[in-house]
Amino acid sequence: MSLFLRLLFRNKLAGFGAVVLGVIVVLALLTPFLPLHPPNETSTANRYLRPLSDGHLLGTDHLGRDLLSRLLWGTRLSLAVGFAAALIAGLVGAAIGVMAGYFGGRTDNVTMRGIDMLMAFPYILLALAIVAVLGPGLMNALIAVAVVNIPFFARNIRGVTVGIAHREFIDAARLAGMGHTRILLTEVVPNIVPVVVIAMSTTIGWMILETAGLSFLGLGSQPPQADLGSMLGEARSALITSPHTSIVPGVMILLIVMSVNLLGDGIRDALDPRLRSGALARPMAATRVDRAQVPPAKGDALLDIDALETQFQVGRRTYKAVNKVSLELKPGECLGLIGESGSGKSVTALSVMGLVASPPGVITGGAVRLEGQDLIGAPYELLRSLRGRRVAYIFQDPLSTLHPLYRIGDQLIEAIRVHDPVSRAAAHKRAVKLLEDVRIPNPAARINAFPHELSGGMRQRVGIAMALANDPDIIIADEPTTALDVTVQAQILALLDELRQRRGLAILFITHDFGVVGQLCDRVAVMYGGRIVETGPTQAVLDAPAHPYTRRLIACVPELGGGRRILAAIPGLPPAVDQLPEGCAFAPRCDKAQDACRRGEVTLDGTTRKVRCLFPEVAP
Amino acid sequence: MGGYILKRLLSAIPVLLGITIIVFLIMAMIPGDPATAILGSYATPENVARLNRFLGLDEPLWRQYFTWLGNMLQGDFGRSFRLNRPVLDEILDRFSATLILAGTAFVLCAVLGIIAGTISAARQYGFADKAITSVVIIGISVPSFFLGMMMILLFAVKLRWFPVSGMYSIWGGGDLPDLLRHLTMPALALSVVATGVVARLSRGAMLEVLRQDFIRTARAKGVHERRVIWGHALRAAMVSIIPVLGIQAGFVLSGAVYIEMVFQWPGVGRMLVDAILTRDILLVQGGVVFIAACYVGFNIVVDVAQSLLDPRIRT
Repeated sequence: MSLFLRLLFRNKLAGFGAVVLGVIVVLALLTPFLPLHPPNETSTANRYLRPLSDGHLLGTDHLGRDLLSRLLWGTRLSLAVGFAAALIAGLVGAAIGVMAGYFGGRTDNVTMRGIDMLMAFPYILLALAIVAVLGPGLMNALIAVAVVNIPFFARNIRGVTVGIAHREFIDAARLAGMGHTRILLTEVVPNIVPVVVIAMSTTIGWMILETAGLSFLGLGSQPPQADLGSMLGEARSALITSPHTSIVPGVMILLIVMSVNLLGDGIRDALDPRLRSGALARPMAATRVDRAQVPPAKGDALLDIDALETQFQVGRRTYKAVNKVSLELKPGECLGLIGESGSGKSVTALSVMGLVASPPGVITGGAVRLEGQDLIGAPYELLRSLRGRRVAYIFQDPLSTLHPLYRIGDQLIEAIRVHDPVSRAAAHKRAVKLLEDVRIPNPAARINAFPHELSGGMRQRVGIAMALANDPDIIIADEPTTALDVTVQAQILALLDELRQRRGLAILFITHDFGVVGQLCDRVAVMYGGRIVETGPTQAVLDAPAHPYTRRLIACVPELGGGRRILAAIPGLPPAVDQLPEGCAFAPRCDKAQDACRRGEVTLDGTTRKVRCLFPEVAP
Repeated sequence: MGGYILKRLLSAIPVLLGITIIVFLIMAMIPGDPATAILGSYATPENVARLNRFLGLDEPLWRQYFTWLGNMLQGDFGRSFRLNRPVLDEILDRFSATLILAGTAFVLCAVLGIIAGTISAARQYGFADKAITSVVIIGISVPSFFLGMMMILLFAVKLRWFPVSGMYSIWGGGDLPDLLRHLTMPALALSVVATGVVARLSRGAMLEVLRQDFIRTARAKGVHERRVIWGHALRAAMVSIIPVLGIQAGFVLSGAVYIEMVFQWPGVGRMLVDAILTRDILLVQGGVVFIAACYVGFNIVVDVAQSLLDPRIRT
């Protein structure tokens, strides 16, 4: 509860709303005790007095009645009616929703069809029809507004109840022999109360507005009784001569509804866990760079990742996802980057073209050089012109990485035309050729398909075709086969290998599977806890892994037809990168770890084979 | 595609029937006896009984319903006793005025709302986002009738840009510029709340979409950020924005009541309020059914638009 209040007031707007609403509510409650003129005391001599007149702070209306007094009494009435309508709508709607959701079947069907019918009416129209029947009057307006809002509550609550009604604890209660009434009261209702409260807090503003509207039309409160809406309605005829009689009640409605809305939003947000984690932030066009110094250029590699540091900054926590990673890629070479989930391999790959989601991602150090040109902190336009043209990506899940609403042909044509201003027809021809290159049968027809009409393997072929669209020098493949089944996986790998040979592509291949690395890669780098722990030619590493982690990772690959050794899992979990242990990050899971491993930084040593271990399995 | 439209049209039939049943039942709940209401409380019991028989009110409820429904299907919505003319004629006379007002407001709320929401999402937490969000909060909290009155004070009385009111008939006299002069303020006032709602939901939908993987793919292809936002992301966000537009259409159509009162606009909304205050029940009944039916029709258009946009629901 105190956490909830703290979250609520951290949101300044909600706090503002709470204060304004609080003041208004207190004033409304105190109205009978304040030294005010009676709200209905007329005085023909004092008609239309301006605000700040003697004895009438806000002036008087067309009958000489004190506006301040009428405003406060009207506010009292409007608030009461709005809250009452919300309460009725909430309770009745929730009751209907719970019944429909809990009992399901025909009860549910019939009720919800009825609710749908009610929702088929434009909003205020139904309220008008109800008032037409009941006759004008504040009570009738209240009923009309409440009835109109019942469907909204019934629908929401039904949805929530359906979710609860199939949970284990309900089954348990039923098996324990509890009756429906008891289950509903003790198990279901407590779980939906927060939902009802949120729904009420977000709709109460509307209800105050709607009852004021009906009163404004002359269908709500009748003279001499006046809520804010009918005050406005009465003042309308004198709008031009005495605008203050309209402005006073109008501004009050605005203040009430606005503060209620702000507070309602605040309550909803404070209860929404996604906002707390900042997960609703949208990633920017390029990853944020906040780099203290740039390491000096060296070497002549095609792609040179040099002491790269990428972090995720969430609140006060810093996750060091990539911690001084250095990798080199030569033309036509395939480098495997391998590690468990969360080891930082994908973040390394995405950092190259500034594609790490930011916020929360920040590149805090190092350099990424493409033929000597540093890309970290490069202007957006330069980065954009290189993306897809020199360095292209293939992502893991082709269903979520292709745009679901564009035809694959259009996505391919777009990829071509972003960098090469050819005609649509020419691009179309090239797109068909690309689909042919990645072995999609009948490409001329398939080009018009939507992603959801293709199989997983076909989709990934489209993903590869898109990466090849501009004949890039480098392809970064981020677990391109993980989401596919094994036979399709083999085909995709064969295709990638063939394309590499034919086009002289350099590939950075990210995977968690040593089997895949063995098939495709010239060299391999092993990543753990955001750092490279071992690197070297693939065969050499596979034959004689130097780092204990590499050895155990290789032992995880099942041997086909062998079956003579135990398939070894690595005990424990990879470290959380916001609290890395001192020394070797693998030490807590390593059976060879000694005290020295837990002290100070372990360096990456060696020449063609490098290892970050004090007690390597073999000398590098 | 044709099949989808047909299916959607057929599914509207039970909804329309449901609407007529609800309206009929609500109207049947009127306390007291319509004949007494028409003839006044001094009518003799014989006269009341005669009128009841004449109006068919001595029949069982279900028969009354089917008679009423059958008549409506033949275009006979009954006669307004106050205006002494057929209800449908009165509605049709006034509906074009409401349609122009609500239609303009709807286009405004859709275009402005989506643009504002998209900019807001693309510049999340930036200055533009904060400015738009603040305006939106005020926009969705202001009563449209109060806003209309304030606009009259400022733009008509003080600045004299637009006429206060005086839209007596849509087709009588006046040319297009004249219509636009009269239309600007009411349409703006009517669209403000809906614009706020659309902007807010568009912002949310865009933020949701911008985190999706296919946006990263578009960026990785080198697509320009402008096109990523206004093309890829907005196209995907439209799938959740369009249903909201459908709801807002109903809101604008019925919210026109207030605006028609404030600006003396000769539309159906004002007719309804007058009819309610004078207890002209057949006119209310006819008007409500007519507007609700239009709304159902519009929702079919929305669903078809949705299916054109999203190939996954076109099956």
